[in-house]
Amino acid sequence: MSVSAISIRNLSFSYQQQQGNCFSNLNLEIGEGERFGLFGPNGAGKTTLMNCMTGLLQPQSGTIELLGIPVLKHRGSVNHLFGLVPQEFSFYQELSPLENLEFFGAWYGLRRNEIKERATMLLKILSLDLVKNKQVQQFSGGMKRRMNLAIGVFHKPQILFLDEPTVGVDVETRQAIISYLKELNNMGTTLIYTSHQLSEAEELCDRAALIDAGKIIVHGSLSALLLQHKEAQLEGLYLKLTGKKYEGL
Amino acid sequence: MYKLRATILKDIRILTRDRVGLILMFVMPIVLAIVITAVQNSTFELVNDSKVPLLLCNKDNGAASRQLIASLEKMGRFQLTQITGDNSDQQIREKMRLKDALVAVVIPADFSAGIDAKSQQVARKALNDFGVQGDSSTIASQVLQPLTFYYHPVLQQSFRNSLQGALRSVLQLVESREIVKTLYLSLNEKELPLELENDIINNQVVINEVPVSRDGSRNIPNATQHNIPAWTVFAMFFVVISLGSSVVREKLNGSFVRLKTLPTSYLVALVSKQVTYMGVTLAQAGVIFAIGVYLFPAMGLPQLNLPSDISGLLIVTLICGWCAVSYAICIGVFAQTQEQANGFGAVTIVILAAIGGVLVPSFAMPSSFNFIMKFSPLHWCLEAYYGLFLEGGKLKDILMNILPLSIMIIFIQAITLWGLKRKNLI
Repeated sequence: MSVSAISIRNLSFSYQQQQGNCFSNLNLEIGEGERFGLFGPNGAGKTTLMNCMTGLLQPQSGTIELLGIPVLKHRGSVNHLFGLVPQEFSFYQELSPLENLEFFGAWYGLRRNEIKERATMLLKILSLDLVKNKQVQQFSGGMKRRMNLAIGVFHKPQILFLDEPTVGVDVETRQAIISYLKELNNMGTTLIYTSHQLSEAEELCDRAALIDAGKIIVHGSLSALLLQHKEAQLEGLYLKLTGKKYEGL
Repeated sequence: MYKLRATILKDIRILTRDRVGLILMFVMPIVLAIVITAVQNSTFELVNDSKVPLLLCNKDNGAASRQLIASLEKMGRFQLTQITGDNSDQQIREKMRLKDALVAVVIPADFSAGIDAKSQQVARKALNDFGVQGDSSTIASQVLQPLTFYYHPVLQQSFRNSLQGALRSVLQLVESREIVKTLYLSLNEKELPLELENDIINNQVVINEVPVSRDGSRNIPNATQHNIPAWTVFAMFFVVISLGSSVVREKLNGSFVRLKTLPTSYLVALVSKQVTYMGVTLAQAGVIFAIGVYLFPAMGLPQLNLPSDISGLLIVTLICGWCAVSYAICIGVFAQTQEQANGFGAVTIVILAAIGGVLVPSFAMPSSFNFIMKFSPLHWCLEAYYGLFLEGGKLKDILMNILPLSIMIIFIQAITLWGLKRKNLI
């Protein structure tokens, strides 16, 4: 029996200061090697769900397993399995790309020679090799996005969580990032992706879930969902199912 | 171990690239130490070495006032400028301003007559007590008019007291001299010989000052010896500005979110910060001590004499640094914003410094502070340093200062861990 990359059962979560549940009895299965998209309007709970999956938030009830390992019970071993690319820049701006990778590599538990090899390779793939010794605070938004991604994938995670990984970048950088993510997926990495860029999501994801007000409205194969709801594009499906005006670009 | 080394390297890199933080941590305490030592040294010299400009207005024409002036001159404490006795109160004030005199003394018109009457009264009473019948003629009742002492408002109470003490001792000398002379005249019916007068009056007992040091050294403490340890402790605790906000910055920026998802405990980051910033506090102490030893003499300030127990000095510096760093991290863990960390951190350090004896010597504080000061880690740091620098003690002599400091470190670290747990950071 194959193990799901992510298995969420009866998840209930609420913020302390907030009345009512953010999620109530939410269930979701994401298979290994999938490119899974989480979509929904602002405040729907996409980032909250992702934070629960990575153990950053602790649900009131229910279980979340990554590759069969409960997230909350085995934080230490689960943390090796996934990489996170948060929406905000998650690195030290005072350091260079190489210095950031040296530090985060050590915290991922990589050995010194592994760090050196992977850093050289990754910085080249993401076109940061020429600026590897410059402080990141001098970088453009696009370069910082690539840096953010580099740290998230540095330890070759089996599952990669991407929260709006291409927000605020130019077309060229976006294409470079999408292309690299597809390459990672081809090598077996499961991608969990949230974005408001629905056209980009169509290009990247093979399965998706639409969340609104803490509930999964629909989920399944992207092509099957479009066919089922007689829509040609994800944007149309989104507007039809949420009944809201599209808030993306 | 590799994780810790990589984290320390990261912290050192970030620290060395923060120029404002470095200025706050190194330049500011150095400037403070130099300025305050220079100011206190000049006050020290003013009290001990320099002559205090004194304006003297003698309204009396008698011998006692002349003796008083001669004694004041002989004392060498004052730089006397005499003005005529017909100056009014307003004129004296004006002349003090013009001549830059810090103090002025007005001898009243009937000063000598008053002294004379007092000495006659005392002599007669003494002779009666001895059973010798003195002169039976009545002495005109004479109230001894006070001397008037004007002072510049900038003079502190302690300094004024010291000047008044000097004036009183001279006054006492004049009165005693008159009494002895009158007594001698009454008993021997001839003037007191000058040689005997000098033997009786001027042959004072010398006071030998001995600083009580543990190592028996007789180095006289100076402004440097007091100030360098005090401002070193202050500088160490002022890392709260850099370190406290560094912890808050890390919590608030995105890197912390990522750190929480990595297979390494945040405790590694905290240990790294402690090691890095203890290095900083050690460097601060090294730089400030070096300035006291090498730069101060070149600036005309007293040289810092390092304690004989250098290993003790190193251990005390490490413990003080650790306490300072623990406090800064604790502030950083609980503060929600950098402004909170900086504001609360800086204000509490100034308060702890004040009650700890850094700003005002602990012996000069009101008795109610004797208990409160024990809650200031800066007090124990300072006491440990003074034990080495001023008392010439060794590490074993200051263990009783290190013990409360160690307890405080454990307490602060425990609160920090509790805060981290409570905030779900570890």
